[in-house]
Amino acid sequence: MLTFKADQPVAGNALLRAIQEQSGARVQDCYQCGKCTAGCPVSSFMDLMPRQVMRAVQLGQADLALHSSTIWLCASCETCSARCPMEIDVAGVMDALRHLALARGIQPAEKNVVLAHRVFLESIKRLGRVYEVGVVAGLNLGTLHPFANVVDVGLPMFLRGKLNIIPERATRGEVKRIFVNVKGT
Amino acid sequence: MYTYSYFPGCSLHGTAKEYDHSLRLVAGKLGVELQELEDWSCCGATAAHSTDELLALALPARNLRLAAMTGRPLLAPCVMCFNRMRVTQHQLENPARRQAVEAILAEAAGRPVGEPATAPSQPPVEVLGLLQAFGNDEMLAAIEAAVTRPLKGLKAVCYYGCLSVRPPEIVHPDSLENPQVMDRLIAKLGAEVLDWPFKTECCGGSLALARIDIVLALGRRLLSMARSVGADCVVTACPMCHSNLDTRQKQINAKFGESFKLPIYYVTELMGLAFGYSASDLWLNKHLTA
Repeated sequence: MLTFKADQPVAGNALLRAIQEQSGARVQDCYQCGKCTAGCPVSSFMDLMPRQVMRAVQLGQADLALHSSTIWLCASCETCSARCPMEIDVAGVMDALRHLALARGIQPAEKNVVLAHRVFLESIKRLGRVYEVGVVAGLNLGTLHPFANVVDVGLPMFLRGKLNIIPERATRGEVKRIFVNVKGT
Repeated sequence: MYTYSYFPGCSLHGTAKEYDHSLRLVAGKLGVELQELEDWSCCGATAAHSTDELLALALPARNLRLAAMTGRPLLAPCVMCFNRMRVTQHQLENPARRQAVEAILAEAAGRPVGEPATAPSQPPVEVLGLLQAFGNDEMLAAIEAAVTRPLKGLKAVCYYGCLSVRPPEIVHPDSLENPQVMDRLIAKLGAEVLDWPFKTECCGGSLALARIDIVLALGRRLLSMARSVGADCVVTACPMCHSNLDTRQKQINAKFGESFKLPIYYVTELMGLAFGYSASDLWLNKHLTA
């Protein structure tokens, strides 16, 4: 995996260093004010509050942070990053933790969220563009809920012509090679 | 007046095709020319940046390269595409990242690896969202002049969502917590724009795929607030916000015993109505909540 060096050497534990190197966020500056948690629209669904994830990173508690549902439920709305009084990119930390969890092969606490990302990316890889019908079908098969959202949402959308039957594609193969090259670095 | 390279993105060619259609109609009316970027590909959206840093940069960078070759500014009305391209431009200011991404793109396209993605003298392509392209003073004056059927009596709340205001140092909103650009535009159409506190709250975005329960809960909060300030409708420039509030409204009603019947309009749809187009001209029948 390609990592990018931070401008300044970072003291502290290995997790803290890894996260700062990847995200550039100075997690050690967090003084636990809780503003990230207060503004997070999804916090009530998370097991760790965003503030607690920041603390876990400061303390090097990789198990806690990487196994949390929080890193996968973060919707990347970036309210936390925009409001942090210490200008820490909390949402960037969540991205970096997700990448680390995947790299370590950790079973995600929200496996359907990860499955949805995979199915979505698979569509881009194959076609260069997202084929929405294929994504939902792939996800429904993967979660063993083949008819989820079909009657309530899919059918009315289909009847209104919002769903493409034939997938669109960009230049054949080029985007697929981007995926292959990214993994090869 | 303006010519843009146009990046519709996957949504505007799919579930948000009424956004694409209404944009083309109103752009035509305003003399704004849209030339669809040839062979565009997906920006990678949430799925890419959640799983792979390099992929999240390489996918938008391919499109930025295509756009740079046109020499025109790039209009990306989907705020996800707009945001990912702006963030990518910012991230690629780091030379190490830039080099890595350029090598990946060159190899994928079958170009010599050392060849720079853009000529060094070429300025980075200017990436605009819908609100950037249509919200400036000049365009607002043109919009006001094009109104033939003012939306008198319509009470609207403007819903900016996340990606058109954050990260503020990259997308440069007119205000982080209380943006006005859409409010000003909708007011020019003759509608009454109501103030409300959830302009930049999140709808849950792509969690709609895997955690519908969360998206329904967030949607209910948003719709409740819109209703409590007296809105007849919610206006957005974001296909995810639209989908989560319009397409899911029936599910929200069923789950929470609510009776919301709030139409969710794209900015361009209200522009179209004010410019004299009919609901069927604008494909408003594609909405699930009428």
